[in-house]
Amino acid sequence: MDLPLLWAFIIAFAVLAYVLLDGFDLGTGILFPFLGRHENRDTAMNSVAPIWDGNETWLILGGGGLFAVFPLAYAIIMPAIYAPIIAMLLALIFRGVAFEYRFKTVRGRFLWDASYFIGSVVAALSQGIALGTLVQGIDVSGRAYAGGWFDWLTPFSLLTGVAVVVGYALLGSTWLVMKTEGEIQGVARRYAFITGAGTLALIGAVSLWMPFLDPEFYVRWFAMPQIFYVAPVPVLVAIAAFSLFQSLAKGAHHRPFLSAAALFTLSFIGLGINFYPHIIPPDITIWDAAAPDSSLKFLLVGASVLIPMILAYTGYAYYVFRGKIVEGEGYHH
Amino acid sequence: MFEAFDPVVLARIQFAFTISFHIIFPAFSIGLASYLAVLEGLWLATGKSVYMDVFRYWVKIFALTFGMGVVSGLTMSYQFGTNWSVFSDKTGPVLGPLMAYEVLSAFFLEAGFLGIMLFGMNKVGRKLHFFATVVVALGTFFSAFWILSVNSWMHTPAGYAINAAGQFIPADWWAIVFNPSFPYRLVHMVLAAYLTTAFVVGAVGALHLLRDRDNRRAHLMFSMALWMATIVAPIQILAGDQHGLNTLEHQPAKVAAMEGHFETNRDGGMPLTLFGIPNMETARTDYALEVPALGSLILGHSLDAEIKGLDAFPREDWPNATVIFWTFRVMVAIGFAMLGLGLWSLWTRWRGSLRQSTWLQRAMVAMGPSGFLAVLCGWITTEMGRQPYTVYGLLRTSESASPIAAEAVGTSLLAFIVVYFLLFGAGTFYILRLMAKPPTPFEEEPPRQPIRSAGITPAPALDDDVPEPARGE
Repeated sequence: MDLPLLWAFIIAFAVLAYVLLDGFDLGTGILFPFLGRHENRDTAMNSVAPIWDGNETWLILGGGGLFAVFPLAYAIIMPAIYAPIIAMLLALIFRGVAFEYRFKTVRGRFLWDASYFIGSVVAALSQGIALGTLVQGIDVSGRAYAGGWFDWLTPFSLLTGVAVVVGYALLGSTWLVMKTEGEIQGVARRYAFITGAGTLALIGAVSLWMPFLDPEFYVRWFAMPQIFYVAPVPVLVAIAAFSLFQSLAKGAHHRPFLSAAALFTLSFIGLGINFYPHIIPPDITIWDAAAPDSSLKFLLVGASVLIPMILAYTGYAYYVFRGKIVEGEGYHH
Repeated sequence: MFEAFDPVVLARIQFAFTISFHIIFPAFSIGLASYLAVLEGLWLATGKSVYMDVFRYWVKIFALTFGMGVVSGLTMSYQFGTNWSVFSDKTGPVLGPLMAYEVLSAFFLEAGFLGIMLFGMNKVGRKLHFFATVVVALGTFFSAFWILSVNSWMHTPAGYAINAAGQFIPADWWAIVFNPSFPYRLVHMVLAAYLTTAFVVGAVGALHLLRDRDNRRAHLMFSMALWMATIVAPIQILAGDQHGLNTLEHQPAKVAAMEGHFETNRDGGMPLTLFGIPNMETARTDYALEVPALGSLILGHSLDAEIKGLDAFPREDWPNATVIFWTFRVMVAIGFAMLGLGLWSLWTRWRGSLRQSTWLQRAMVAMGPSGFLAVLCGWITTEMGRQPYTVYGLLRTSESASPIAAEAVGTSLLAFIVVYFLLFGAGTFYILRLMAKPPTPFEEEPPRQPIRSAGITPAPALDDDVPEPARGE
């Protein structure tokens, strides 16, 4: 069995799970100042309060998993995106503490509102910039990062940064459409239209830019015969986009979120097609970076039992907190 | 502005700063999670509402602490890569899977059930809620298990081989996980977490007993905490002694530095230096106040056992004795003070009632934060004692760091300092404010609690504040 490849899929799954799950709760933070009354902000925050730290745990798994199974990739990527990673960590602290602190004060509430909003925006932006940095390629010499500590800052990485912010806002607004009702749901639906259009435009812009970064990317998507293998991705993107707008227009509750999640998943698969077989374009492949098979096996034994369990009880936690959030209701536990 | 600094030193300061902040939260939440599970279990078993009152009092503080622990811990899991990339590349195949196991078996468990524990009492019923509380407590323990295994391996590496790329690769997983210092460190740290929590809980109980002698909930906290101190403090001292002997076997230079023991005692016993200032320049301990032969007796179990001094090791391998001599002594002193308080409380219980003894209560309030200080001092001792290595004897700290300029590390260090003091300072303020409120029966919710989702058919009867076990069962 090709353990490095299998693990590449597991890590990719963890990152995708993170993007979808923390994506929507960071999205509620990005929309935070635009939700109108402060009761709406309470409702938005409460829709994610019981689940946010579970969602964030996927990010720890992404980092910890990379360290475990692709230590060389971890050792090269982290210094290459030093500034965005530190910014992201600090931003996630601002975001995370706001959940608890905001309900401990009335006078200081505006501070924690700002902390939640800015933390969410900066975390999303940093993640997008980190992604862009990786896509545009990292300088490597020997077993170490060889670039400067501002290499991550390029027009392309800024574009991917903005794309992730807008995309998370789309996930957040469709989440609110699903989890709320009444006034705030109307507000969320309006933002879902706007961020939906923005997300599609940015996906288009990033996709068009990529072939200019590396001709290899162009070959991936347009050369014969593999065009037939990759063609389903853009076709499915178009279908998901149609489903998103149609369900929003119809006033559906669940389908907008599922469509937005599908858009993210497809974009993620598209990126995967660009990357393969590299883990750090343009030099380091999945197999270069992998830890020895004994490490991969040892962890696989546990992961194959524990990841399904995690999915099961995470699903259960979502089930416990299912249904619409009703404003003012949680005044009792 | 950081050009003049050594980037490795800055990276070390950053790691020390962020992990010192972080360890405070788990040290408290490991103990508090178990305490909450015990309280809820007692409530279910006895039906006495006082247990649920105390549970509700502490669960809010737990939520705050846990949140701060999550976000400060996230920093740690990325900092190995950002600042210690060479270390990460070399040790990843051995340590990475252990850390990944921590995430898979502990973090997800905690995060998955924490929501139910904090917000789900009315949604899942009492037994399932108790189950969630126990699972969260177990999760904190698993987390300690794995991360201490990783840390211990850095002190006493075992079960590894080295490949052509210079990476440590696993040869025997059992030997890696249960490396020689791990069992001692695990016991010592888990007991430390219990003691730390006991003293915080006890101090809050004592504070409110001083204000209102008849507060039953405060009395419960105070009494339970003192039992904990009485029973666990002596065990901890014994565990610490065993841990020290294990360190002597595997890291004799660390023990020499902890004792300010520069010259190997070739004729006659090693004295125990009670006080003094180890001077790294002159390689002797100034102003030393010594008890003859006691060092040999403690470390070698005979009056003239030869204990290696720092002079037995190359100078460039010496840890900083000036610092760890003192951090070690502060930790030990706190341990014995905890034992003393435990014994005092036994005597008080025998003489009459804990409620009456205002001096014991005052002493407990004063000792409230002492566990944190002891934990920090202990960690500084063991980690600075590992220097100048990251993997003891095998990988030097100076050869472990990322190729990052001093300006970048200096800037991030400053950002961490500002943000941590601001945000965790605010958190500490909110926690202290919660602790200043007396524990009341039928704990009132603060007026603006998070709203929780209703479920598809919210049951009207579930709006009650405190479900009494007597009702409906």
